[in-house]
Amino acid sequence: MSLSAKDKDTVKVFWAKVADKVEEVGSDALSRMLAVYPQTKTYFSHWKDLSPGSAPVNKHGKTVMLGVGQAVACIDDLNAGLLTLSELHAFTLRVDPANFKILSHCLLVVLSIKFPNDFTPEVHVSLDKFLAALSRALSEKYR
Amino acid sequence: MVVWTDFERATITDIFSKLDYEAVGGATLARCLIVYPWTQRYFGNFGNLYNAAAILGNPMIAKHGTTILHGLDRAVKNMDNIKATYAELSVLHSEKLHVDPDNFKLLSDCLTIVVAAQLGKDFTGEVQAAFQKFLAVVVSALGRQYH
Repeated sequence: MSLSAKDKDTVKVFWAKVADKVEEVGSDALSRMLAVYPQTKTYFSHWKDLSPGSAPVNKHGKTVMLGVGQAVACIDDLNAGLLTLSELHAFTLRVDPANFKILSHCLLVVLSIKFPNDFTPEVHVSLDKFLAALSRALSEKYR
Repeated sequence: MVVWTDFERATITDIFSKLDYEAVGGATLARCLIVYPWTQRYFGNFGNLYNAAAILGNPMIAKHGTTILHGLDRAVKNMDNIKATYAELSVLHSEKLHVDPDNFKLLSDCLTIVVAAQLGKDFTGEVQAAFQKFLAVVVSALGRQYH
């Protein structure tokens, strides 16, 4: 299920629309993940405040979305482009890769809410494939 | 035994009262067939599923989407007894339709996304949690009679 040229174009065009809402989208996706999948809170026991819209959630949501943006920029070679991030997740953060799928789903829900007309089924499939490819690249260094 | 909080009951009832079953059902099934094309295996005699436009315009898919939403409605009206309510449907999906139960999750993810687009910012994290809990119970009940 690799990304076709059409998938890559679709992702780039759509992500350009998201680019200036990066903090909002990231914060919402992360808040949703913590609410809908409470087991994910275990990775953030060091935060004082896990509530939606809190400072750590906003900051981290933006960080994660900037990472996704980085992946869009290196969409032609995700493994190479995300090497450092993969090492970070593998050796330091040690996030179970099942959670990448969970966050991807929450991100798609947020995009569906914020871009109801642009998030068509065709855009949805390309983005879903892209996020799956991103998750695979992020898991590259795990073992 | 599934325990529902008052918030969850109210949220589920409220969401479904706002949905146009025809529009949402058709859009959800079409989205599932487009985003997860292998699910088309169950719709061999539904006519033209050749591309996204064909799927979105296909009246048989639209009609079947409505059927699915009405099926979900039965769970909404029997929230304390979804497992029993769906026993026959589960047997149908297993013995007659031979649907891989993993597909139930794919369809429910598409439904979440379609409902999110419709409800907009009212589809908060808490509302999403309640909705996904409901769908998880439905998915589990539908898979119950498989052997």
